[in-house]
Amino acid sequence: MDQLVVLLIAVATSVALLALVSLGLAIIFGMMRVINFAHGEFIMLGGYATVLSANHGVNIWAAIFVVAPATVAAVGLVAERLIVRRFYGQTVMTLLATWGLSLFLIGAVTALFGNTTHGVAAPLGSVALGAYSVSAYQLVLIAVVAVLIVASLVALNRTSWGLVARGTMQNPEMASTLGIDPKRVYAVTFTAGAALAGLAGGLLAPISGVIPHMGASYVARAFVTVISGGTAMVTGMISAAALFGPIEALLSFATTPVIGQAGLLVAAVILLRLMPEGISGRFSGRRT
Amino acid sequence: MTGIRRHAAAVAFFGLLIAFAVAGPWIFELFALLQLSTFSALALATLGLAFVWGSMGILSFGHAAFFGLGAYAYAITVLNLADSTLALPLAILTPALFSLLLGYFLFFGRVGDVYLAVITLCVTLILFSFMNSTSDPSYRIGSAMLGGFNGINGVPPLNWPGEPDAFLSPEAMFRFCFVILALVYGLLYLLRLSAPGRIMVAVRENELRSQLLGYDTRLYKMAGFTVSAAIAGLAGALFTANAGFVGPTVFGLNQASQFLLWVVAGGLGTLAGPLVASFVFQYLANHLGTSQLINTSLVFGAIIIFLVLLMPRGILPAAQAAWVAAMVGRDACRSTSLTPPRHW
Repeated sequence: MDQLVVLLIAVATSVALLALVSLGLAIIFGMMRVINFAHGEFIMLGGYATVLSANHGVNIWAAIFVVAPATVAAVGLVAERLIVRRFYGQTVMTLLATWGLSLFLIGAVTALFGNTTHGVAAPLGSVALGAYSVSAYQLVLIAVVAVLIVASLVALNRTSWGLVARGTMQNPEMASTLGIDPKRVYAVTFTAGAALAGLAGGLLAPISGVIPHMGASYVARAFVTVISGGTAMVTGMISAAALFGPIEALLSFATTPVIGQAGLLVAAVILLRLMPEGISGRFSGRRT
Repeated sequence: MTGIRRHAAAVAFFGLLIAFAVAGPWIFELFALLQLSTFSALALATLGLAFVWGSMGILSFGHAAFFGLGAYAYAITVLNLADSTLALPLAILTPALFSLLLGYFLFFGRVGDVYLAVITLCVTLILFSFMNSTSDPSYRIGSAMLGGFNGINGVPPLNWPGEPDAFLSPEAMFRFCFVILALVYGLLYLLRLSAPGRIMVAVRENELRSQLLGYDTRLYKMAGFTVSAAIAGLAGALFTANAGFVGPTVFGLNQASQFLLWVVAGGLGTLAGPLVASFVFQYLANHLGTSQLINTSLVFGAIIIFLVLLMPRGILPAAQAAWVAAMVGRDACRSTSLTPPRHW
């Protein structure tokens, strides 16, 4: 029984982590069709912002929920203004430019903070579960991700800003005839996605520590999850995370984490063979 | 650029490569010779990508996967047989078969362009993390240990076919590499002029229209994908034979992206451009890497960003446009579209 609960928590954590690292990408790629190769580095920067500020005496929760998203949102805004906005509609060029950005960020962080792992202790200690103990931070993480997902769904579907954003993505010309400036909407959307990536990095930092090249391990998983999700950004991404998370967790549990990752990818390739439009493409219609 | 002049440029470039292969050993020091041989292997892989991406519009991040598979296939075969005669064909065959399997899922699943790029990238990264985790001695194929993060060391170079003890000298190796490079360039160029090559370009330009004209575009895409994978595999084998070493980094994100960068820098849609660009960039990277003045990633990232911002069509087309402008004395086509020029 206890063991089952522990396994369930492991699976839930796996799903939550997938959803967490994919959320910012779902906004940026799902809405704008911008392949942001620096997504992993945005997560990395969020992690660094949290670790550095927490080690300089900032309250850990403030470091995670304020410093990390704010820092990365600023980076995202600058990147959008200087680089990304020149390539809207040119997938390949965006991909290369953001890859350059990703290398640049890795190099900059390495030059500033060195090529070693920095960490910060996870708050809250652990919860006893019969013979096992689970880190309480994990449970908080699952809850936070759930709240984040609900919040982004509400923001996209139930606010006028979300309506404007979705409308602009569908038909920029029409939006601009209605007096909306698409450029601004793009900039805000990209910044919001960057902030979410930063928050993901901040939340991950106590678990995994931070190192300049940590982004690479998240970027592939995030892309696979978002793509398999299909047209409905957030809901599709969550369905994909809910499908892949257990696969990865159980395979990792049974064999090694590498086999778990490989299993995730194989599952995604097979899924896309069966549903080229992604999961939500099957029940298509709404783009949220 | 009319027909005859167009081919003249390609023939001249082919001749230049052959001349370089012949004369190289008399010009360069041993160290430069070895380095150029290694560069040429990566240039060969770039050529395969330039073809599949430029002519067919298939943006494959999986190129490093095929390159790495070829490299590992060569290393494992040579270590087991102590003879490279069979290793080269195997290094070509392994990634080709793998690309058929992957291509079936991608092209027959009608996966979109962007998705294809991401999935092939993921395949590469998975291979990377898999190879990284094979340090346990139980991961072995015959007498070759995969070696995990440390890779496989002491891979013997090429030997003359059927004579396991007669290794190629560095000079012979250099010539072999550059002749292969020239031949692959020539063959790809001819392929693009041939009927199937024309259809491949048609698939890139308008897949739906090609289908309506009765071509099974999926098969053409598969074919192009597999050809590029085979070339990448051969390149991987040559790379390993030159370096005497193969590690998981052949599957790394940097390797995967480098090929793309070189193709874009040289000019998408051309073959000679990416080939030259790969040499230029490798030389630069080595130069930066040895100087240790400043972080290489930082510099490279900045270079890429500026390159993409300033010359979105690549160096060769940009140079061509400038040349034409200088000759004709008017502003040459300045479109930032990715429609490749039809020469080289």
